Amino acid sequence: MRLLIVLASVSVGTLVGMGGFTFASAKGASYLSDDPAVCVNCHIMRDHYDGWRQGSHHAHATCNDCHLPHDNDVHKFFVKASNGYRHSKAFTLQNFAEPIRIVPSNSKVLEDNCLRCHAEMTDAITAHGTLGVAVTPAGKVDLYGCVRCHVDVGHGPRR
Amino acid sequence: MNGRAGAFKSRSALWVGIIASGAALASILVTALYDNISTRKAEAREISFKVVDLDEKSLDPTLWAKNFPRQFDGFQRTVELTFTKYGGAGPDQKPISKLEEDPNLVTIFSGYAFSIDYNRRRGHAYMLTDQRITGRVTKAKQTGSCLHCHASNAVAFREVGVKRGAPGTLDESLTSAHGQAQLLEGLEGVSKMPFEEAAKLVDHPVGCLDCHDPKNMALRVTKPAFIRGIAALASGDGAVPHLPSIESWRKGDRSRPYDPNRDASRQEMRSMACGQCHVEYYCGPKATLFFPWNKGLKVEQIEAYYDEYKFPDGHRFFDWKHPKTGAEVLKAQHPEFETWSQSLHARSGVSCADCHMPYVREGAIKVSDHHVRSPLLNISRSCQTCHRFPEEQLKATVLTIQDRHHTLMLRAEDALVQLITAVEKARKSGADEAALAKVFEFQRKAQWRVDFINAENSMGFHAPQEAARVLAESIDYSLQGYVSLSALQQSASRPQPSTDKPGTLGRSTPGPPSPGSSSSLGKTVSLLQAPGG
Repeated sequence: MRLLIVLASVSVGTLVGMGGFTFASAKGASYLSDDPAVCVNCHIMRDHYDGWRQGSHHAHATCNDCHLPHDNDVHKFFVKASNGYRHSKAFTLQNFAEPIRIVPSNSKVLEDNCLRCHAEMTDAITAHGTLGVAVTPAGKVDLYGCVRCHVDVGHGPRR
Repeated sequence: MNGRAGAFKSRSALWVGIIASGAALASILVTALYDNISTRKAEAREISFKVVDLDEKSLDPTLWAKNFPRQFDGFQRTVELTFTKYGGAGPDQKPISKLEEDPNLVTIFSGYAFSIDYNRRRGHAYMLTDQRITGRVTKAKQTGSCLHCHASNAVAFREVGVKRGAPGTLDESLTSAHGQAQLLEGLEGVSKMPFEEAAKLVDHPVGCLDCHDPKNMALRVTKPAFIRGIAALASGDGAVPHLPSIESWRKGDRSRPYDPNRDASRQEMRSMACGQCHVEYYCGPKATLFFPWNKGLKVEQIEAYYDEYKFPDGHRFFDWKHPKTGAEVLKAQHPEFETWSQSLHARSGVSCADCHMPYVREGAIKVSDHHVRSPLLNISRSCQTCHRFPEEQLKATVLTIQDRHHTLMLRAEDALVQLITAVEKARKSGADEAALAKVFEFQRKAQWRVDFINAENSMGFHAPQEAARVLAESIDYSLQGYVSLSALQQSASRPQPSTDKPGTLGRSTPGPPSPGSSSSLGKTVSLLQAPGG
C-alpha cells in the first residue's frame, strides 16, 4: 500500500511537472494576454499578423479588439477559450483546410466590433437593415458584412 | 471490523492505483504534446538544411535537392501528366495534337514547321525531351537558340562565351560583369550553332540554377535574351504600370541599363523568372535570338517593332512566307508574360508564382509549391487566398472566360482561313504578289493576332478583355483583307477601274466602309459568319 501511494505521488508529480513545463514551453500563459504577437505563436497566422502590421487599423486595433467580443469578460473569455481549443487541436493534428476561413460565430463577433467603434457612421447604414449582416439565415458566413468591401483595413493589402 | 478495514484498504488501494495509472497515461499524452510542439517550433526555425555547397556550376537539381528537399519534391512532380480543358497534354503519354484538334491551324501555318507537328504542352520535366523529338526539329532545320529555354543553359552558354573570348571564369557570379559578358557572348555563339550541335552541350531541363542564386537562393534571371529584352523594354516608352521598378528606373539618370537582378523587387522577380521563357521571341537563323519588347509588350507594339525591324539582308522582319498566298507572315510563340502584363491581376501586383506556384505549408514550414501547374488544379491555394468564393464557383468563372475566348478564337481562325483560301484562289487565277500587297498586310495582321491568343497558354484567361480585343481585331483584319481583295477583283474585271475604292478599303486601321462598297461588305459578312457557329 505504501509503495502504491509513493507510485501514485510520483506519477502525479511527474504529470504536474511535465504539464507545467509543456505549458511554459508552449507559452501557455501568454494566451491570457491581448498581445498580438501571441497569435503568431503557432506560425499559421504569420501572414495575417504581417498583414495587420501593414494595415490601416494597426495603430488603433489589435487582434483581440476585433476578434473577441467586448460586451462582458465572461463572453470574451468563453470565445477566447473555444477558439483556443479549436486552434490548438487543428494545429496539433494538422487536419484543417487551407486557406483558413473565419467561422460564422467569429464573423459575427468581428462585425459587432466594426459597428462598436464605427457606430456614429454605421448607424445610418444599418438602420435600413441592408448592411452589417455577417452571417446568412442558414448560419453560413455571408459576404455582405463590412469586410466584404473593407477587406484590407484589418490585414492590409493581400499582396 | 477486520473485514471492513480490509475492504476500505483494498478500495483505497484501487483509487491510488487508478490515480497512478491515470497520471501516468496523462503524462504520456503531455509528453506527446510537448514533442509535437517542439517539432513545430523546430520547423519554424529551420527552413533550409545546408548539406552540400552549391556554386555557379551546380547544374544537377539532385544536388540542390539535398539542401532543399521540399522544393525538389514539388519540382519532380512536373513529370505528372496534368491537364485542364484547354491546357496540358491530356491524359495519355502521347500529347494531344493541336493540329488534329483544330485543323484550321494546318492551313494557317502552311509551309511552316508548326504545320508538321504542334502538340499541347507537357510539364516542365519534358521540355528538353519534347524539344528533341518534335517534328519541327527532326523534320526541319533549327538553330541552337531553342536551348535558351528548353534546357538549363547557364553553364553551357557561359562556357561557349568564355571560348569565344569573354573575360573571366565560371567561378565568378553569373550576375557579375564578367558573368553577364560570358552569358551574352554565349548567346551569340549558341544562336549560330545548328540545333544538333548545341543540344550536346546540355543535359537538364529547367533546373534550380535557372532561377536561383546558388549562394543565397535569392531569385535571379539567367537567360541572356530576357536580360537584353527587359532592358530594351525599360529604355522604350511602352507602359509598364505593373513593373514599378522599371518605372522608377525610367525616372532615374539611366546611366546603367535596367538590370532585373539589381533593380527588380522580389515580387517582380516572381514573374520575371517565368518571363525568361514564357514570352514572344525570334529564334530563327537570320538573327540572334531576341525578345521584341523595344516598343512595349502589347500585341500591336510588338507588331510595330517587327514591322520596323530589318534583317541583316535589309528585308523587313517575317517568320515565313505563306505558300498558299505569298504573304510574309509572323508566328507568335507563347506570350504568357506579355498577356499577363495587360491583366488586372498584374496591375494588382499578383505575380505568376502567386497562382502557378502558390505557398504551401508543411507543418510550420512555408514553401512555394515547385510543382508548377495550372491554378485550376489547385484552386484553394491559388485563387481562394484572395477570392473568398467556393471552388466550384471560381472554376466555373474561369471556364466561362475560357469558353468564350475559345469560341471567338475559332471564329477568328475561320475568318482567316477564308481569307487565305480566297487569296489562294485569286493567285491561281493570275493575280500577282505586287497587286495583292495590301491584302497581304491584312493577312499578316489577322494571323499575328489570332495566333498570339492561340499560342498563349491560358485561352484568354491571363488578360480576358485584352485577349477578346485582339481576337476581334483579327476578325476585323481578315474581313478588311477580304473586302480589299474583292474590291481589287471588281476593279480588275471592270474595263475602267475606279481608283479611289481600293485605296479607301485598303486602310490599315478599321473604319467605316465607303458607301460604294457596302454591298460587297454585306456579302463578306454573311460569308464569314456561316461556319463560325
